[in-house]
Amino acid sequence: MDLFIAIFTGTIIAATPLIFAALGELVVEKSGVLNLGIEGMMLVGAAFAFWGVIAGLPMPLAILAGALAGAASSLLFGVLALTFLTNQYAAGLALAIFGSGLSAFIGRGFGSAPIDALDAIHLPVLSDIPLVGPLLLRFDPLVYLALFMFAVISWFLYRTKAGLVLRTIGESPETAHAIGFPVIKIRYLAVLFGGLMAGLGGAYLSVAYTPLWVENMTAGRGWIALALVVFATWRPLRVLLGAWLFGGMTILQLQGQALGLGVPSELLSALPYAATIVVLVIISQNRQMLALHFPASLAKPFRPAN
Amino acid sequence: MHFRIEQRPEPSARMRVAAPIVATALTLLVGSIVFAALGHSPLATLHAFFVAPLSSMNGLSEWLLKASPLILIACGLAVGFRANVWNIGAEGQLIIGAIAASGVGLFYPDPESVLLLPLMFVAGALAGMGWAAIPAFLRARMNTNEILVTLMLTYIAVLFLSWLVHGPWRDPAGFNYPQTALLPPAAMFEPFDYAYRLNGSVFITVVAVVAMWLFTDRSFLGYKMSVSGAAPLAARYAGFRESAAVWTGLLAGGAAAGIAGMAEAAGPLGQLSSQISPGYGFAAIIVAFIGRLNAFGIVLGGLLMSLLFLGGDSVQMTLGLPSALTRIFQGILLFFLLAADFFIFYRIRPLREHA
Amino acid sequence: MTPRLELRNICKTYPGVVANDDISMSIAPGEIHAVLGENGAGKSTLMKIIYGAAQADSGTIHCDGQLVETHNPASSRALGIEMVYQHFALFESVTVVENIALSVSSEFHLESLASQITELSQRYGMPIDPYRRVHDLSVGERQRVEIVRCLLQAPKLLILDEPTSVLTPQAVVKLFETLRQLAAEGCSILYISHKLDEVQELCDSATVLRNGRVTGTARPRESTSVELARMMVGSDLPEMRLNPSNPSPEPVLDVRGLSAPPKDRYGIGLKDISFCVHGGEIVGLAGVSGNGQAELISLLSGERLHPQADTIRINGRPVGRLDAAGRRRIGTAFVPEERLGRGAVPPHALWENAILTGHRKGLVRNGLVNRPKAREFAGSIIERFNVKANGPGASAQSLSGGNLQKFIVGREIELAPKLFLVAQPTWGVDVGAAAFLRQTLIDLSRAGAAVLVVSEELDELFEICDRLLVICQGQVSAPLHTAETDREEVGLLMTRLGGQGSDKRSGELALQD
Repeated sequence: MDLFIAIFTGTIIAATPLIFAALGELVVEKSGVLNLGIEGMMLVGAAFAFWGVIAGLPMPLAILAGALAGAASSLLFGVLALTFLTNQYAAGLALAIFGSGLSAFIGRGFGSAPIDALDAIHLPVLSDIPLVGPLLLRFDPLVYLALFMFAVISWFLYRTKAGLVLRTIGESPETAHAIGFPVIKIRYLAVLFGGLMAGLGGAYLSVAYTPLWVENMTAGRGWIALALVVFATWRPLRVLLGAWLFGGMTILQLQGQALGLGVPSELLSALPYAATIVVLVIISQNRQMLALHFPASLAKPFRPAN
Repeated sequence: MHFRIEQRPEPSARMRVAAPIVATALTLLVGSIVFAALGHSPLATLHAFFVAPLSSMNGLSEWLLKASPLILIACGLAVGFRANVWNIGAEGQLIIGAIAASGVGLFYPDPESVLLLPLMFVAGALAGMGWAAIPAFLRARMNTNEILVTLMLTYIAVLFLSWLVHGPWRDPAGFNYPQTALLPPAAMFEPFDYAYRLNGSVFITVVAVVAMWLFTDRSFLGYKMSVSGAAPLAARYAGFRESAAVWTGLLAGGAAAGIAGMAEAAGPLGQLSSQISPGYGFAAIIVAFIGRLNAFGIVLGGLLMSLLFLGGDSVQMTLGLPSALTRIFQGILLFFLLAADFFIFYRIRPLREHA
Repeated sequence: MTPRLELRNICKTYPGVVANDDISMSIAPGEIHAVLGENGAGKSTLMKIIYGAAQADSGTIHCDGQLVETHNPASSRALGIEMVYQHFALFESVTVVENIALSVSSEFHLESLASQITELSQRYGMPIDPYRRVHDLSVGERQRVEIVRCLLQAPKLLILDEPTSVLTPQAVVKLFETLRQLAAEGCSILYISHKLDEVQELCDSATVLRNGRVTGTARPRESTSVELARMMVGSDLPEMRLNPSNPSPEPVLDVRGLSAPPKDRYGIGLKDISFCVHGGEIVGLAGVSGNGQAELISLLSGERLHPQADTIRINGRPVGRLDAAGRRRIGTAFVPEERLGRGAVPPHALWENAILTGHRKGLVRNGLVNRPKAREFAGSIIERFNVKANGPGASAQSLSGGNLQKFIVGREIELAPKLFLVAQPTWGVDVGAAAFLRQTLIDLSRAGAAVLVVSEELDELFEICDRLLVICQGQVSAPLHTAETDREEVGLLMTRLGGQGSDKRSGELALQD
């Protein structure tokens, strides 16, 4: 039973940074923009949040610092891709490389000591209910924030006019511009939001998930988040499910290492990456499903005619 | 005065030349500001970063030694990029190439055979191609995004290498360091001068640059790939197969990276270790873009990028600045270059005033 | 009376092109006013300026006597100006009501908007279901959505840009009724067209544009077509030389029982198509766009393959599984409807674009491109087909639509095809070039090639074709001899194929009643 609880809660926690980053990217891609730089933005977010904690900021402010740093770094991509109409693949890669350098630079003085991690909540009585308490009510606040963001994004995309505008810009910026929507401005906002979410995901890694500083600590999660959006065929609920699937994979693999199955730990660590490939291949077979919610203008530079 | 940004009727040849120069200048400017902010004299730091590394024979040797794999890989990658085939897993292909070549070097029955080096070359190239063939097959036949697959395979390659050098291939006499035994002399490129590390593998790069130029600029297959990249529907209209572009693009990158990995193991390192590459595979992506996917541009881009690596080491040693600055500069340089490219295709014109 | 809209001295320049040069005009309330002109005369630019989707370099716009200053589509709608685009401003992936909700400023309340749509669309005799996704609608239905979207705003001025180019003749009649009803209620209508007969039938007054300038104003009902045409074109139209055809005994293109599933979610499936094209004749494929033309042509060109090789034969050889390059090798040439990005690579120079399909003409040797020969080949196309371009080094995207079309047609004809497939040969091409291109097609067929022309312009098909096929809902009619049929019959076939019960078809039928 304890093992089950450990795996379940471990899965939820491991999925949280992915949920933040992938939901953010979902919104960006829904607007027709492909930002490959999630890995870089997460690292910047992780570094700034960690810096915040070391500098003595209260935990919420430290996390906010991470989120804002992620958003600020996304602006670098935004300017290139939206104003300078750069190839979005190249601009995203530049951000990924830059972010990894910047985070390593900031993190050079962090040392290797762990910090006090973000505390889990403890509701009186409720968190002590057997089974339900340990399974659902003893996470840290960011886990709940991730789920809340899922609800907000689902509502925004499919129940509000602004969400409708965002989706239609993703289908055809030319038409949206012709109708009179400020395509570039809305895309900037989407990119900034994506950066904010990636920053939050990074902050979660450095102050909650593994509260110590390691260079390149995201270890490819930014890229997995990108894969999750494809896997989810651009739908929020599937992003959530996908993130849990990969969280579960990570935890099982860690449990496997702890049990000492006789399989080298490096090869077990490779499992989530291999699983990403397998899942991508499976999803890619169904072209119709991919096309159904695919933002048709994804990664195509757009400049309003004057 | 109002301004209007408008598309040029024809791309500007002058801006094409000016853009990289402007971007480099802006990168230096931002660099100076960063150095000043860190409390170092910008001029002294720039000197330490960009001039000091090149002011000795050894420095020049290191410059070319590091530029060589960058240029080689970038040439291979650019073949694919021109066709919108996004192999960003050259780092992984490099590692697998290095593993295969080292395997041959370490375990070939006759360690003194003159065939050893050529065999390692072939093994490195084939292994890199094999690793790149996975995303090629998945994209061409299974419609799977090659960006994500090449990246995931890079993480897997890193872990695989780590397992090898920590486990089965670890040098028993190596004080538990994660590295293999040294390669036999016949499995190594001989340096031009034993005082320095530069060796004959740079000629591989020279050949690759010429081949890349011939391929992209003059060959019909290269033409077809540029059509695939610029207008996929036109490629289909003309009957150029997309799968051919995917396979060619990925295999070219894989082979180049695999050979680069082989040349690292058989050159400056002389063995396989978990530190086989300081990020050449990723930096080469930047080199390809800085060189505008053009063979000779890539040579210049590779030299510049190599200098950034050396400069990072230099300021770390002499001024105690973190070597992470290298990656920051790489990123900034690419940002500026991409932004400057905009002015090749667009111009800003003052608007006539009107009521 | 204060004019509803008055333009004074509007000028607009794009790099290298003067789109509008000192244009003035005025429209009264309740007036149906035509802006008449050939492709490229500057009509669309002018409409965009009126609607605020583009800004004039100089000149003024007055609406109901008031100067319109800062101007964009949103402010136009606030003034009561609405526009129905030639290429609809609709999003395929969302529903009718969501599309309309995007352009109304009221609260985001889909249910009440949907009932308004239903009510309004019925009042003007063009029923639409607000909850259908746009990609499931026929072109005619999409136009209704556009019009209903405008009407919901109770506009004072409605702009329609070439509204009939996508409609069957019968649907045009129905549209005109709606427009007259609107004008009678006081709404001014600006009707952009290059079709003289429609303007004469519908409009009270007309402003004629040529090369960006006003070349005349007229009362269309009181003017003759010849007068209007002269204002529009500046000279008399060249006559076509159409010798009788002499078809080859065996068909060059032979399609038998061709069926295919839709290519994607917006596509149309093809059902049991059979026809043939002989050497020496021009066969036209008529139809409202989006009825399977794109699917059929990509199967014929080899851009899309068919699992059964023998459903398509070229000179007796089954080619269903042969790709585009393979079909070219046996004498097929093809001019697609999209010139930039399909028929030509936009950033590439013309000499590079000449290689695209012309590589077989000795432009490639030992796997290497022979650049001097490619330049020479491109140069000869430029010369022979009178392409206005800055030499073989000019990029494809720097050419005007008409000149690029001449280059592509020229390149394909230089390949001396036995089978020539061409889609929308004269879209966006000025009148002189269009006549030249049509004559080129005729000459090619009379020299023995089999020519298949896909076009939405019925006039064009009647002008050059020996036989006509009509495509509707993925089905193709039996061939009609051009001399023995008329627009009425073809128009009916454009909507009535395929028996009873199809959704989209019933929508079109409603328009004819």
